[in-house]
Amino acid sequence: MSAKATPLAIDQLIDDRRTRIIVCCGSGGVGKTTVAAAIGLRAAERGRHVVVLTVDPARRLAQSMGLSMLDNTPRPVPGVRGAQQADPDQDEPGHDQPGQDEPGQTDGSMHAMMLDMKRTFDEIVEAHADPDRAAQILANPFYQSLSSSFAGTQEYMAMEKLGQLRRADEWDLIVVDTPPSRSALDFLDAPQRLGRFLDGRLLRLLVAPAKFGGKTGLRMLNASFGMVTGVVTKIIGSQLLRDVQTFVSAMDTMFGGFRERAEYTYRLLRTPGTAFLVIAAPEHDALREASYFVERLERDGMPLAGLVLNRVHRSPAARLSAARSLAAVEALQALPEGESSGLAITALQRHAERMRQSAAERRLAERFTAAHPLVPVAQIPAQPEDVHDLDGLRMIGTAFGTD
Amino acid sequence: MTHRPQYDPAGLADSLVLVSVRDTDWDGVRLHVVTGKGGTGKTTVAAALALALASHGKPVLLMEVEGRQGIAQLFDVPPLPYEERRVAVAPADHGHPGGDVYALAVDTQSALIEYLEMFYNLRQAGRALTKLGVVDFATTIAPGLGDVLLTGKAAEAVRRKAGGSPVYGAVVLDAPPTGRISRVLNISSEVSGLAKVGPIRSHADTVQKVIRSAQTVVHFVTLLEEMPVQETLDGIAELKEVGKGGIQPGGIIVNMTHQCSNRPVRDPASQGRDTQALEIALKTAGLGEDHKLAADLAAELADDARTAQAQAAQRTLLDAAGQPCYELPLITDGIDLAALYRLAAALREQGAA
Repeated sequence: MSAKATPLAIDQLIDDRRTRIIVCCGSGGVGKTTVAAAIGLRAAERGRHVVVLTVDPARRLAQSMGLSMLDNTPRPVPGVRGAQQADPDQDEPGHDQPGQDEPGQTDGSMHAMMLDMKRTFDEIVEAHADPDRAAQILANPFYQSLSSSFAGTQEYMAMEKLGQLRRADEWDLIVVDTPPSRSALDFLDAPQRLGRFLDGRLLRLLVAPAKFGGKTGLRMLNASFGMVTGVVTKIIGSQLLRDVQTFVSAMDTMFGGFRERAEYTYRLLRTPGTAFLVIAAPEHDALREASYFVERLERDGMPLAGLVLNRVHRSPAARLSAARSLAAVEALQALPEGESSGLAITALQRHAERMRQSAAERRLAERFTAAHPLVPVAQIPAQPEDVHDLDGLRMIGTAFGTD
Repeated sequence: MTHRPQYDPAGLADSLVLVSVRDTDWDGVRLHVVTGKGGTGKTTVAAALALALASHGKPVLLMEVEGRQGIAQLFDVPPLPYEERRVAVAPADHGHPGGDVYALAVDTQSALIEYLEMFYNLRQAGRALTKLGVVDFATTIAPGLGDVLLTGKAAEAVRRKAGGSPVYGAVVLDAPPTGRISRVLNISSEVSGLAKVGPIRSHADTVQKVIRSAQTVVHFVTLLEEMPVQETLDGIAELKEVGKGGIQPGGIIVNMTHQCSNRPVRDPASQGRDTQALEIALKTAGLGEDHKLAADLAAELADDARTAQAQAAQRTLLDAAGQPCYELPLITDGIDLAALYRLAAALREQGAA
């Protein structure tokens, strides 16, 4: 029983001008950043105006695009070729969106930016509070730890930045590389978690129980919150609690806004102009995470475009099976000394190893497809070396057709 | 792999059999923190290391802290509760029975409730607070608190004694990834902004003593690829800087190595000559006259050669870090218990355990 997946044509997705946002998600170490950059470059060279948003502190995108630094603003990527030059753009049937054939639309462009989560957070504060109050918030120790090391802040700010880029409307395609969280699901959950937290009743009650103390019926509640405050103080210390209290009273007017902003972006992600790509390596753990993510996207009604299997091992000599290859090794080894070919033995052993690896990867991919038969799959062959320039990214992009 | 010179006036090292049974690169270490970039197989390596350590005969505790139940999946057991469970037994070693491997999945919430109970006898209150979301709240506004509790649990297991001797021969911590490890382990600075006095502070100090002792090392799992190697080197440098010499980097475990990475590097440019030689050999081997096949196999060899060259460059970078390096083979058929035993044996052979 072998399940055959529908091929996912990434080219078709990026050529469709209705696609406005592509979110690349998946567990860490599967090559998300590289795939996102390759998609951005491919789309730009096929005529889209692209911005790639990466959130990875390792500055990988910068490296893979030959840029020495990325800051919180989109920077043009040099060396992107014009559409004609890169690809003799054949119109695919069924793609008759308005604007595709207009002059001036054929030459694409590419920008890239790296998320600076603290800067992004600061900007929200500066935009929503008067200068005095903003300065007070920015100097608060709790704010400083919240904006630089809080679990979920990175995801929240990635979402926030995505919303900003979309509203700016300067690009017709935004490619997002999601933060390297331990689980791919964090990207969807963390912003709401942070939004809920900042907006939360508990936070407000905890820092300002006196407000509610006067009302009858709330007296009991107030008493138990007194106990809660006591325990929290024991655990986290009174200094931190005081910082939190100052922070909360300074931020008071902004709180409702946080949840709203998170929800705006969450809704944006559910519109048809968004396409989620789940990136995975053909390995057990990565595919398990991919499965969770696919199920979650389906449950939430998020527009899932498909699975991208990155670093798939293939052999140009796949017609020679591992078994026949090893039999040939035995035949060569049986030859008298001097007549055998060390080179051929090495080549055949290595070929058998590659065939076995490729078969194992295929089994894993089939298992995924058996569980998710409707999810289209694209495969990107493993590259012999790490990718760190546009040519390398272009090479990856050649796998985006359906062939 | 590397053996420290030892004081050996009587030339006793000649009786190598005796020495090699006990002597490893990390004698005296009882807390092995295993970190690595995502996708490098950190959990698998931690599990293999736990098995390898348990083969000395004493029980070993394998802990995970990120709530992904990776250990349960590896050992093919139901999801682990907040409780130490026996998941495997190490193979017998030179006639000595192997020790048991216990596993524990620590989550912040349970650790905090346990902590409240231990110090305040507040278990019931802890449950009520959980319902109110207070536990979530406290660990959310103070991220360092979670780290103190998680590493605190590891330190407690290291120190735990029964009848005067340690309960566990060693504790292996499947730790957060390389990018976060320094912050997680550098507890005292984390809590300084959190609690200057009080029970959390003294708890953190106790934990810190264990982590900064000769009993603890931090191993890095990597692949021979640019990004994981870079993160490993950055991680080691950061650990040295943040730890101010107090936190010891351990070994570098190069995971998922192909056989080809041990073969002599071929010149990728020799593809044309290789094709000719292969064509003749294939015919001899009974595969017929097949120029295309020879060319394709030569292309595979050239690919391998390029990979091997790139890997050799990464290997040189790792060697320069000055930490012992160990290699684990790529296992293509999926990781099961048998594969873990294989990896554990490889770690032992190389002196990692």
